[in-house]
Amino acid sequence: MYWTLFLTFVKIGTFTIGGGYAMIPLIEREIVDRGWLSKEDFYDLFAVTQSLPGIFAVNISIFVGYRLRKKLGAVCCALGTILPSFLIILAIALFFTHARENEWVEKAFKGLRPAVVALIVVPCLTAARSIKLTHRQLIIPVGAALLIWLGGISPAWIILAAIVGGLYYGLKVRKG
Amino acid sequence: MIWFQLLYVYLKIGILGFGGGYAMLSLIQADVVDRYGWISLQEFTDIVAISQMTPGPIGINSATYIGYTAILNAGYPPAVAILGSCLTTFAVCLPSFLLVLLISYYFAKFRHNKYVEAAFLGLRPVTVGLIAAAALLLMNHENFIDYKSYLIFAAAFFLTWKFKVHPILMILIAGAAGIVLYW
Repeated sequence: MYWTLFLTFVKIGTFTIGGGYAMIPLIEREIVDRGWLSKEDFYDLFAVTQSLPGIFAVNISIFVGYRLRKKLGAVCCALGTILPSFLIILAIALFFTHARENEWVEKAFKGLRPAVVALIVVPCLTAARSIKLTHRQLIIPVGAALLIWLGGISPAWIILAAIVGGLYYGLKVRKG
Repeated sequence: MIWFQLLYVYLKIGILGFGGGYAMLSLIQADVVDRYGWISLQEFTDIVAISQMTPGPIGINSATYIGYTAILNAGYPPAVAILGSCLTTFAVCLPSFLLVLLISYYFAKFRHNKYVEAAFLGLRPVTVGLIAAAALLLMNHENFIDYKSYLIFAAAFFLTWKFKVHPILMILIAGAAGIVLYW
């Protein structure tokens, strides 16, 4: 069973390309269709994992592993998710250091660097839409981004301020 | 010294990394590029590109890559740099591993806790700002060298937003466009 858990998450880790959200349908197919978790459980886990710090894919694998086989299961699933990308990146890092000086690689990277920025803008807009920000609330992300970008303030402070602000708003203001 | 700093920085990123890999990018850049100068901004952008292209979560990919590069740039041989990538990958996962285990115990209880719910009222909109900051910080003269860069940016945004072109495909197209445009 531990081995099966490990291999399942190796598979999920290997075929997740382009970030955590891409792995949702994959996990659903492997975990829910196999009867390891009910669909409702999966979406509950998803909601909780999404709001935790850390890497979404790793967190959800820990949750599923713990649910099925306690601590050791959690370790197996987490290792399964981490290992493929760790090994692939290591291979690339060892090789790419030399490839960077290649003229073709250099030109290709001139082209793909601006595209990388565009690929970050898209999930930003998707996230903004999914939490249904009102026009007035827009000032929060805009302000946070400007403080980091122009103000040079560490994102760590912004996150702490967000927690304090949320607690104040949620417990004092909204209660009346 | 760099080993302890790397450990500290990546534990911090693991604890404060709300909102997933993309929101983490601005945290990573603030320390790894700006504060400690372990890697250059251009190296950072390249690492982000490769992390998006290769399989696996972006958070793990970039942690592995940055750990390796930071140690290599500090003058150690590649074999030692591999230990750097082990360290950062381990450190970025450890806080959430412990946290998730803890929450697994109290899963039902925690979900509707009023303090937790209230904190997330503040965190969710800020996550959007963190991702936006990651994008803004990369819009500089090293990544946008001429008008062609802006053309590529606009095209990549349009194709991804409108037609949901897969990120790997998008990066491959942009790379090919670079080879053609800068010929």
